[in-house]
Amino acid sequence: MAVIAQTDFQKRLNRRRLNGRLFYALCLLAVVIALAMLAALLYNVLSQGLTRLSWDFLTNFPSRFPDRAGIQAALLGSVYVVGLAGSLAFILGVGAAIYLEEYSVRSWIARIIQVNIANLAGVPSIVYGILGLEIFVRFMELGKSVLAGGLTLALLVLPIVIIAAQEAIRAVPPSLREGGFALGATRWQVIWNLVLPYSFPGILTGMILAVSRALGETAPLIVMGALTFVPFAPDGPLSRFTVLPIQIFNWTSRPQEGFHVNAAAGIIVLLVVLLTMNAAAVYLRNKFQNRAHG
Amino acid sequence: MSFSSIRQLATGEAIQRRIEQIAGPRWRRYLPERIIKLFLFLCATTSIFTTIGIVSVLLFEAVLFFQEVSIFEFLGSTRWTPLFSSKSFGVWPLITGTMLTSVGAMLVALPLGLLSAIYLAEYAPDRVRRVVKPIMEVLAGIPTVVYGYFALLFVTPLLRQIYGEISVFNGLSASIVMGIMILPMVSSLSEDAMQSVPRSLREGAYALGATRLEVATRVVVPAALSGIVAAFILAASRAIGETMIVTIAAGQNPNFTLNPFVPIETMTAYIVQVSLGDTPTGTIEFKTIFAVGLSLFVITLGMNLLSQYFVRRYREVYE
Repeated sequence: MAVIAQTDFQKRLNRRRLNGRLFYALCLLAVVIALAMLAALLYNVLSQGLTRLSWDFLTNFPSRFPDRAGIQAALLGSVYVVGLAGSLAFILGVGAAIYLEEYSVRSWIARIIQVNIANLAGVPSIVYGILGLEIFVRFMELGKSVLAGGLTLALLVLPIVIIAAQEAIRAVPPSLREGGFALGATRWQVIWNLVLPYSFPGILTGMILAVSRALGETAPLIVMGALTFVPFAPDGPLSRFTVLPIQIFNWTSRPQEGFHVNAAAGIIVLLVVLLTMNAAAVYLRNKFQNRAHG
Repeated sequence: MSFSSIRQLATGEAIQRRIEQIAGPRWRRYLPERIIKLFLFLCATTSIFTTIGIVSVLLFEAVLFFQEVSIFEFLGSTRWTPLFSSKSFGVWPLITGTMLTSVGAMLVALPLGLLSAIYLAEYAPDRVRRVVKPIMEVLAGIPTVVYGYFALLFVTPLLRQIYGEISVFNGLSASIVMGIMILPMVSSLSEDAMQSVPRSLREGAYALGATRLEVATRVVVPAALSGIVAAFILAASRAIGETMIVTIAAGQNPNFTLNPFVPIETMTAYIVQVSLGDTPTGTIEFKTIFAVGLSLFVITLGMNLLSQYFVRRYREVYE
């Protein structure tokens, strides 16, 4: 009797172990599929676009002829719009985070703002485009300009900056603030001289993520009214503009093969910038974590 | 030192006076503080004004739209042709288009995301995790327009080689690629939830003789379920609001269908289509984007609130 139970148990155990191994293979397969998709995407883009990359491609304006078209207008548009959005989001976002963390931690208004930020982070980006079109373009009469685009994207990435800056400020040890107050510093002196320098790497990491998000956004700027064909460089805050993702979108949706090659080359430029920024963010985060634990 | 000056020291009056000698009168030191605090407060209220702006713009314009088009037609008809001469304003084709691509994306992202989260949280050695996680994060950082390019010019031709009846624009290709796009979100949020399950629970199960599979699927996943469900809902909401992949790869034909092989149109793709066209602002054709935008906003907001509710309501609390 005992012998039978023993073999029965052994048989079941073998089956359980086999199931375990199958499941492990399945999990591994899921990761491999995800990584393979990334590899396929990168390979496809590189093999299509790498030959098209040249100095001319970076400095030419768009054209009806694929091999003469370039991304200068889109590149400058992206730099202007994202630069503006980044600076605005930095000031507003860090300011909001300081207020929420240092001035009014448990007040009712802080709680409302906190819930509100969490919900804003989940609003589809295209809705921000509608907001930008109605408020900045039509109501404030800024036109479909660099300024209106920068403001729209600033609002879009604001929750990212606020949440990152809040986490960075929260990680500042209270003893540092108390030391400052004990020396007779005012609240702002403590924030400016102690809290901000200490939390700066964390804030910077959040800023990089926010800017890379802004750099890749297409839909809100299309809805806001950015152009798809711009044969000139933006010459001021009220100039009309296009950005790199919109240029890529435009080339992708054309039927001619030549424009698809251009789209791939544009994607390479965009990805190189984004991956560099992400690598910088990861590097900063690691450095920051080491100091926080050290 | 006289008695009175000692008393002054004790009450801090001397210190006060000394500070005023060095740093100027009290009001001059505190006025900038007040101004700074006000400025920071205004920064913090920007997010409130953004929300008010979004809600009032969508509501205001949608009310104007519904004065011209009955809400019963909007929610009751299954024909969406506002840009044609014979206009019809039934939003259902856009909703089925959105449902088709989002459900398809979830069918890809859900199993792959959950399985890779289990791999990362339960199986992967630390060395592998440190390499794989950042690479997955790269997937999350790729702009959606790039995924759109990938869907239209790589995945669709591949699918058409396998099954010739698929149109150039179709929901299937957009769904698959959108699934890959939201996979890192599902995976990293689910993994966070699993990592926060206490070690003792796993060790208890191992002590009872459970295998890794049994620990993962019968102890860790149920314990982390609230976080995992929240991750799924957030990812679904993200898929519903996603724009560029579906605009590029799924087409601009508001067909009332759940067939993944034919061109369709999502709510987001419709908004882009109108924005790119030459429809004058103020016309009824243009106002449709606000009604569609409001529907989109309400659906995604509802799902985000549901996700937050799941995290709060069903979170297992461990000491």
